[in-house]
Amino acid sequence: MTANDPSSTSLQLTADGQLRHFLTLDGLNRTLLTEILDTADSFIEVGERSIKKVPLLRGRTVVNLFFESSTRTRSTFELAAKRLSADVLNLDINTSATSKGESLSDTLLNLEAMASDMFVVRHSQSGAPHFIAESVTPGVAIINAGDGRHAHPTQAMLDMLTIRQHKGRFEGLKVAIVGDVLHSRVARSQIRALNELGAAEVRVIAPATLLPRDVESLGCTVEYDMARGMKDLDVVIMLRLQKERMEGALLPSEREFYRLYGLNREKLALADPGCIVMHPGPINRGVEIESAVADGPQSVILNQVTNGIAIRMAVMSMAMGGQMAERNRKLAGRAEG
Amino acid sequence: MSSLKITSGRLANTDAETTVLIRDGHIAALGEAAERESADRDFDAAGCILAPGFVDLCCNLREPGNGQKGNIASESLAAAHGGFTTLCASPDTSPVNDSGAVTNLILDVAAKRSAVRILPVGAITRGLEGDLLSDMAGLASAGCIALGNGARPVKNARVLRRCMAYAQTFGLTVMFSPENQALAADGYAHDGLVASRLGLLGIPEVAETAAVMEMLLLAEETGVRLHLSQLSCARSVEMLADARKRGIAVTADVAMHQLLFTEEALAGFDSRYHVRPPLRSEQDRQALLAGVRDGVIDAITSQHQPHDSAAKQAPMAATEPGLSTIESTLSMGLLLVERGELDRASLVRALTTGPASVIGRSAELREGAVADLCVFDPAASWRQGDTNLCSVGRHVPLPGKDLPGVVRLTLCNGRQAWPHNNL
Repeated sequence: MTANDPSSTSLQLTADGQLRHFLTLDGLNRTLLTEILDTADSFIEVGERSIKKVPLLRGRTVVNLFFESSTRTRSTFELAAKRLSADVLNLDINTSATSKGESLSDTLLNLEAMASDMFVVRHSQSGAPHFIAESVTPGVAIINAGDGRHAHPTQAMLDMLTIRQHKGRFEGLKVAIVGDVLHSRVARSQIRALNELGAAEVRVIAPATLLPRDVESLGCTVEYDMARGMKDLDVVIMLRLQKERMEGALLPSEREFYRLYGLNREKLALADPGCIVMHPGPINRGVEIESAVADGPQSVILNQVTNGIAIRMAVMSMAMGGQMAERNRKLAGRAEG
Repeated sequence: MSSLKITSGRLANTDAETTVLIRDGHIAALGEAAERESADRDFDAAGCILAPGFVDLCCNLREPGNGQKGNIASESLAAAHGGFTTLCASPDTSPVNDSGAVTNLILDVAAKRSAVRILPVGAITRGLEGDLLSDMAGLASAGCIALGNGARPVKNARVLRRCMAYAQTFGLTVMFSPENQALAADGYAHDGLVASRLGLLGIPEVAETAAVMEMLLLAEETGVRLHLSQLSCARSVEMLADARKRGIAVTADVAMHQLLFTEEALAGFDSRYHVRPPLRSEQDRQALLAGVRDGVIDAITSQHQPHDSAAKQAPMAATEPGLSTIESTLSMGLLLVERGELDRASLVRALTTGPASVIGRSAELREGAVADLCVFDPAASWRQGDTNLCSVGRHVPLPGKDLPGVVRLTLCNGRQAWPHNNL
């Protein structure tokens, strides 16, 4: 069973169950996840217009608060915010206040003083967006763009959107996540989403050094052997492997990892013929995945990138909507009082 | 010479109602003999429990050097509020208590400003750096009652072995928190279900148990009196019991919060519960409770770690470990008694005679003994809030909750340490 954290639930949702922050998929039910996917579906068409804008966040200020470097995630969040007509401020924290010794709390206070409406947060420490969500003034929405090893909920949801587009359903699907699950915030969020949306089986395929303790408790089965793990798969999600894993004595070499766990045509052939291949990116060709597979007919990696903008538009607009509804309820309550 | 008569209280160990006469800092009489005597002042302890003053084997007083987190005056008063009369002060100060001069400074300040008795624990390695031996004999003669390395690791087994052998030369007790640094690495949470779910960096059980085994083997070889501080794992309790059977001179304690909370306290990233060793699994908690009940674990400590608020205002990995516990240690214990997880006799023993025997002292309510007493009302309750705490540290374990057990009177050396307005 996947555990749900009640404190996250109350922090993320308004009294009537609307999103007010988007920090983790823990505590979000199937109805809400489906609503996010449906909302994202409706935004895909915006990206196909000649004028790619809707006025949902007009006059709002969105701050991209990236404490870790990122190109893809930050770009898609920026595009998503701009397509929602928001004013966007990108902050490179590596070269700013916190590197001069200012605490995270003080940085936030200063940004709030600039009347920001939403922070999109990426941080190397698990729980940082939770901390920020608990610290900010009511009315400011926090979107988690990836925190430590904890969660990357928008990435998981864009993956779910991609799966739904290609498979049409979640019920009955067999999905494998291959590689460095231990360090992967993406994998944690994917396992949670797949379980909530009704996938039949989620497998993690990796050596023991790249799996968290009691990983089964997250809602998955473990397979050390890739050939066995690929059997009957509908979806295979490859994870990024960072070079530091060899230095940390977690793996002997990239070569051995690729031989045992890299996805090539032979291994892919063991899965269901309709199996789709996914990767959150950036990919390491010849380490996690063979080029012929990454660029092949079963790969949906670029669809994931496209869907990233729509999903981020969905969660940003929903969280802002939740904050507004909550504010209006409070104002109405005061007026009655 | 002032005298005080405490009437109608019940003894913690027997539940028998009794009268205690305090005169000249000592217990002059008990029971009928005390009833017959008159005193300068009477204290009605109806409905209250009379216990020896609590003894804490691990308390961080933050003085010298960390005034923003606390000082001897504030934290000793907090201790008196919690029913403690004797505190073993951790050497984790700034400067580190690794010389007679620092020990003397602590004792001088304590003599002037402390509400309770302070017994310094000296650093076993210079600067707590873990590689060079401190002047152990000098520290002992300056007043240190034991030696340890605080929350810091000793560099390797060779240094640890030599620390123990040298301490044994002088018959000193050594206190270590068992943690294998290489296995703990950058962890800050129990390597279990919650850490896996939240992506927290885990400290595996084996980081403790491997260190426990190493320390037990070295203690057996050197013959030193070893005290294992702050156990957190079920397997550690098993190894401790086995070592006792083998005749190794080893004692141990557990922090009260380890008996009450588990890793689940970290759900929602509440950095209040970022402690070291980390809060572990329910199975570990149950084994630790059994260890206290069976007497395998000698003592419960507060492991009081006051901090300024900024120390906890950050994502968990960036916060400092520790809870501000000394004012609620008794209440946490009484919560366990209420739940039926611990009997009151074991609780009181683990707060009094158990820890006292570790440091070669006694904690008994008997005629002629030093008058260290705690009088608490187990039926009364209180809530921890900003207005009723003495410690600088406000990161308390159960904020805003009704806590059982109110300390009505703490006497240290016969002097009233709590309530402090009558000092």
